[in-house]
Amino acid sequence: MTSIIFRTATRYMFPPLLVFSVYVLLRGHHYPGGGFVGGLFAGSAFALYALAFSVADARKVLRADPRDVTAVGLALALLSGIPPLFSKEAFLTGTWWTLPLPAGGTLDIGTPLFFDIGVYFVVLGVLLTLVFTLGEEE
Amino acid sequence: MRGLQLFSMWILLAICFIAALSAPFVHRIIPKYTGAALVSAPLAMVVWLLSKIPEVGNGHAITQSFQWVEKLGLEVAFRLDGLSLLFALIISGIGALVVLYTQGYFKGHPQQGRFMMYIIAFMGSMLGVVLADHILLVFIFWELTSFTSYLLIGFNHESADARNAALQAMLVTVLGGLFLMAGLVLMGDAAGTWRLSEIVQRGHEITEHKNYLAILILVCIGAFTKSAQFPFHFWLPNAMQAPTPASAYLHSSTMVKAGVYLLARLHPALGHTEEWTLILTTIGTITFLLGAIMALGQHVLKRLLAYTTVSALGAMVMLLGIGTKYTIKAMAAFVLAHAFYKATLFMVAGGITHETGGETSIDKLGGLRKAMPISFGCALLAGLSMGGFPPFFGFVAKETWLHALGDYPLLIVATVVGGAAYVLVGFSTGWKPFMGKMPEGLHAHEVPLTMRLGPIVLGLGGLVLAVFCGPVGHALVQPAAIAIYAKELEVHLHLWPGVNIYFVISIVTLVIGTVCYLARAHFVKGAGKLSLLVRFGPDAVYQAALNGVLKFAAWHTRKLQTGILRDYIRVTVVTTVLLVGAAFVRSGGFQGWENLSPISLRVALFGILMISATFATVHSKSRLRSILSLGVVGFCMALLFTFFGAPDLAMTQLVIETLTVILLALAFYHLPTFRHGSTKRTRVIDIIISISVGVIVTLLVLAALHVQTPTPVSDYYLDHSYKDAHGRNVVNVILVDFRALDTLGEITVLTIAALGAFALLKLKPKKEGAE
Repeated sequence: MTSIIFRTATRYMFPPLLVFSVYVLLRGHHYPGGGFVGGLFAGSAFALYALAFSVADARKVLRADPRDVTAVGLALALLSGIPPLFSKEAFLTGTWWTLPLPAGGTLDIGTPLFFDIGVYFVVLGVLLTLVFTLGEEE
Repeated sequence: MRGLQLFSMWILLAICFIAALSAPFVHRIIPKYTGAALVSAPLAMVVWLLSKIPEVGNGHAITQSFQWVEKLGLEVAFRLDGLSLLFALIISGIGALVVLYTQGYFKGHPQQGRFMMYIIAFMGSMLGVVLADHILLVFIFWELTSFTSYLLIGFNHESADARNAALQAMLVTVLGGLFLMAGLVLMGDAAGTWRLSEIVQRGHEITEHKNYLAILILVCIGAFTKSAQFPFHFWLPNAMQAPTPASAYLHSSTMVKAGVYLLARLHPALGHTEEWTLILTTIGTITFLLGAIMALGQHVLKRLLAYTTVSALGAMVMLLGIGTKYTIKAMAAFVLAHAFYKATLFMVAGGITHETGGETSIDKLGGLRKAMPISFGCALLAGLSMGGFPPFFGFVAKETWLHALGDYPLLIVATVVGGAAYVLVGFSTGWKPFMGKMPEGLHAHEVPLTMRLGPIVLGLGGLVLAVFCGPVGHALVQPAAIAIYAKELEVHLHLWPGVNIYFVISIVTLVIGTVCYLARAHFVKGAGKLSLLVRFGPDAVYQAALNGVLKFAAWHTRKLQTGILRDYIRVTVVTTVLLVGAAFVRSGGFQGWENLSPISLRVALFGILMISATFATVHSKSRLRSILSLGVVGFCMALLFTFFGAPDLAMTQLVIETLTVILLALAFYHLPTFRHGSTKRTRVIDIIISISVGVIVTLLVLAALHVQTPTPVSDYYLDHSYKDAHGRNVVNVILVDFRALDTLGEITVLTIAALGAFALLKLKPKKEGAE
């Protein structure tokens, strides 16, 4: 996979793919998308990078070990279940806060968002654990 | 202080378990004083129990409980009455001495801390058994004693004999534990309460219940396995593989009495019936005689004691079975007497073996009186108490026992036979090793102080108890007997009963026993012949059953775990198809053929494309071509999702499909060159399996679509998605909000799967030579 076209294309595709994955993650609440698909998109971006260059290069771009990414995601999803406990609701019950925006209007932020971000990271981490491990030479 | 008093029982228990857990660390810090430090836990218990004697003696049981799981009716409830007090005192008192004894026995042993941990944990469990008032709590502690006993018997885990004996003891007692659990659940159900103190007040409800016989038999099996009653007695002599402190503690004075305790505890609930008397008296008498007779032919110190323990446990069950006021008093007195002399003899036996460099046979021992004078004194005191010589407590107990059997001449004969055997064993262990000439090459010296303390206290205790048998009977034996009998009674123990028929019988027993001891050589010879019987005894049955299970396990592992992935998939898939298919056919199959909507042209076209791609996947001669064709199937699937208005699914499917191709391509890099491993025959089988899977899944999906519920669950989600969860995308709201716990479970599984794959791929075993 050392085709120069593939490499160049990947170089340009990689940032938009990551941005798109975050976009898919965030829009998921109202429109098709969500943490799972978003994580898959981000994972494919890195997988593409690993194929075009090398696993070592992809690891450098990711900076963190994919297993740590998984752990962070799982922890985030778990922690997002805690806030409702303070208002004597069941674990993982969606809890929402309304934030005023500086430019006027309000923004609803809820624990399900953080849960979804957790899912995003778990999927990304799991996928890359597999891809990197399989793709690495002995 | 008041608050503390309310929880004193479970705090003291907790201290035992904390002491157990900290034992290895304590040993590391102060190896020379481990025992001295840890003994504080049982001593605290002893002191507390002693302080409660007046209160409990007056008939006031101490109850302490708190709710655990309210909805399930689970309480952590403890209760101290006369019976619990007697047993708890024996357990914690001997426990304290055994902890000190262990200090000397394992002096300098690197694993002393581990042993201490086991033995103190056992003590806590055993105290739990006798103090718990909730039958499920009793059961939990009961199983804990089996478990700690396993660890103790197998302490020398490098010895195959010790491992086998540990496994045997555990399998027998835990199997019995399962029966017991069934019995306890049935009993709690019949009585309508889980509190022992309430159950024992509802005896009639249980004995007249339709399940009474089942309850009785199940509970008896549980108690009999634990207390080594015939035909489950065989594990106890084998358990002598345990280090001596454990034998002295578990397998003579405490754990094996758990079964007796439970039967005594449940006597008011289950007793006073013909069935109770028949089962307990028969089994108890058989065990009593069997143990006594088997002991005659033994020459190994600990086995001599083990068989007489079996016998003594049989006697307790026998006395309990008869269930009169008198036999129950005799039983309570005998429990006390037995604990004192048997623990002493075990400790001395351990000391002898320890100080002579591992000698265990009494025939090779002799003349130790000069080298070990204190041990000799203690052993003699205990041996005489065991034989029932006056003026020891063993004699007092034997007197009440004979008195109680006044109406049962046959049992008196049995008692004379058994009693004679006790005299013989008492002499064999308390006299024989110390008298005569010291065999050449035998060197010995006195045991250290820590190992002397236990025998001295308990050996002299047999004498002291007898001297003060009046007050002892009143303070300890009487409350225990009242708890078992559940009616008022009075206990008067006498050291000098006056000359009567029972006293004469007692003396005759002693004479016969002494004569038998002098003629011991003949019994040893006779026992050689008896060993033929052992070959067909319960021990052999156990071995055969164990081997059978192992053989069966090996056979089906060979058949099912072939190590070939294809076989696993086949087994999994065929099982699923058969089970699901059977359920599907039974529920009427799929009926709605006429309701199916027509297939549009574009769907049909993609369907045909998918089918052709599937064929290509299967027939391709290269892996790369196979996965590309498989990718075609997946992408068509994604398109079909968009046709039917499922953009979420389509999007996910597309990315997944891409990634699958990438992952498979990467995985193939690690595989050997491609070749067909199947023959024509296996291919035919595989085709049949694949088709049946396809058919079943298709029919299931069709049937699922036609299931009509009054209000579809989707309506709820559609109604509440935006209102309650602030989201318009119902699919996602379900995933992250309504059913977030499911998703949390799924991502956890995903993580575990990734870690598993990582481990398989990365952490390969190192090649030989490359350390």
